[in-house]
Amino acid sequence: MSEITPENVRHLASLARILVTDEEVEKLAKELDVIVESVAMVKGAVSDDTPATSHPIPMSNVYREDVVKPSLSQQQALSNAPDQADGKFKVNAILDEE
Amino acid sequence: MSGLHKKPSSELAQMLRSGEVTSVQLTELFLDRAEKLNPLTNSFLKINRQTALEQAKHADELIQAGKAPSVLTGVPIAVKDNLTTTDAITTAGSKILENYLPQYDSTVVSKLRAAAMPILGKTNLDEFAMGSSTEFSAYGPSKNPWDLERIPGGSGGGSSSAVSGFLAPIAIGSDTGGSIRFPAAATGSVGAKPTYGAVSRYGLIALASSLDQVGPVTNDVLDAALLQDVIAGHDPMDSTSLVDSLGQMADFASKTDVKGLRVGVIKQLASDGFQPGVKARFDESIQLLIDAGAEIVEVDCPSFEYAVSAYYLILPAEASSNLARFDAVRFGQRVLPEGNPTIERVMAATREAGFGPEVKRRIILGTYALSSGYYDAYYGSAQKVRTLIQQDFAKAFASADVLISPTAPTTAFKFGEKLDDPLAMYLNDVATIPANLAGIPGISVPNGLAENDLPSGLQILAAAQNDGVMYSAAAGIEKLQNDQWGKRMIDFAPELEVN
Repeated sequence: MSEITPENVRHLASLARILVTDEEVEKLAKELDVIVESVAMVKGAVSDDTPATSHPIPMSNVYREDVVKPSLSQQQALSNAPDQADGKFKVNAILDEE
Repeated sequence: MSGLHKKPSSELAQMLRSGEVTSVQLTELFLDRAEKLNPLTNSFLKINRQTALEQAKHADELIQAGKAPSVLTGVPIAVKDNLTTTDAITTAGSKILENYLPQYDSTVVSKLRAAAMPILGKTNLDEFAMGSSTEFSAYGPSKNPWDLERIPGGSGGGSSSAVSGFLAPIAIGSDTGGSIRFPAAATGSVGAKPTYGAVSRYGLIALASSLDQVGPVTNDVLDAALLQDVIAGHDPMDSTSLVDSLGQMADFASKTDVKGLRVGVIKQLASDGFQPGVKARFDESIQLLIDAGAEIVEVDCPSFEYAVSAYYLILPAEASSNLARFDAVRFGQRVLPEGNPTIERVMAATREAGFGPEVKRRIILGTYALSSGYYDAYYGSAQKVRTLIQQDFAKAFASADVLISPTAPTTAFKFGEKLDDPLAMYLNDVATIPANLAGIPGISVPNGLAENDLPSGLQILAAAQNDGVMYSAAAGIEKLQNDQWGKRMIDFAPELEVN
């Protein structure tokens, strides 16, 4: 049974904010299905009491001193912005008018 | 001065100190080679003639004043294009960052500048370092100097082809699942991934943050050790940076005696699935070590069977989260869709146009692995496999000082061979991935020519924070090999020529 359907891909792409064409959806569904079927073997490798590792070298509570240091100027921070206005990042409308 | 371009950086450094050559002369030599040969190899995305020469001039002043800040001062270097540089566009091999001029230097680049190593240019890579061949670069693949119809390994194929083609004496790479080590194996050069956290990730454009590590790409082990000494060290800007120093790697690389060294051969990486020539060269190296007095032990790492699968869940999951920052607001491309351009539609249109096929594939796979209802089964299980792999390594290092395997199952393959089969491409990293999952150091050294007279690599792994042990063993094996061949393996590479 297929794990990844074209409908799944469409939904996942929208969650990931990537526009996909119908053609891409078909292709991705096939490719991802093969990959997921293969990587699913991890489910059988572990048990409930196997501890999980998120970080290879254990470290905890890494803090830095809370001191003020020079940082980017407003102009520097905006230097790569696709669009700007009044010293701020300018974005398109957040709410749909329709 | 002929043949200067083939000298190891350690020798170039000595010549700089003794005044036999200046940094400006060396930098010009490599800039000329890079400009002439890059049309063949596509190693560099950008060559910085002007800034490199300015930096070389500065290096010469420091050397002449007796104030060289580092052993490698004045030696020019190439840097992978996923490390930010304030004086050169940094693309990470992606169209989405086509015009991105970073506002800050990565810590590694700051350290190169502090050491007064002129930066020749930025090298090609698979988009956001996702790939094993550079075929996923938005700027075309790099070519292998041994055979221009073959891949130079990936993702760091720009750095590996630059160093093995002598367009640069030494380079920087990054390794998330083998992106330094496989390119080294494929091009007959040396590539080292330090212990996770030994080198700062600040300014490294993130792929998978719990796996990424920056490291050296060179033509011999001593050069790799010298470069690790330049770029390693604690960095408060990276919260995963190791606090304690691991020592001077160059000192370890000068110890080449393998007598009594306990070398573990990983059962799971010494059997099926390796090209016959690759396996034969590996077996010969084991014999070479036995003859030199090393003690060979077989080690069993049963969980390695699951390593590639766990990796291709953890990596896409972390990448899907890291690459969410490309939102068309603060940096990168912005593409306006047709119709009503709300911010959400702008993001989707931008990411559609700016990301290539492998990046989209992995982001969507990662989004799946992290989605509600699947998280525990996929991402959760993969993190548990990570524990099992660490346990396998812990057991193995109880009976061995270092572990060895072939670096990759194959030699350099032809362009297009694995492009339409993502899974086949992923399996190429079977031997390199476990080290990233466990955070341990690994290095690939030349291991003789296999099928079609192409290079194969030998991987040497050591326990976490034992990078020194790895460098000693690697230098020892390299010496045994070079004594046997009468020269370095890279000296068998064909000369690059422009018609």
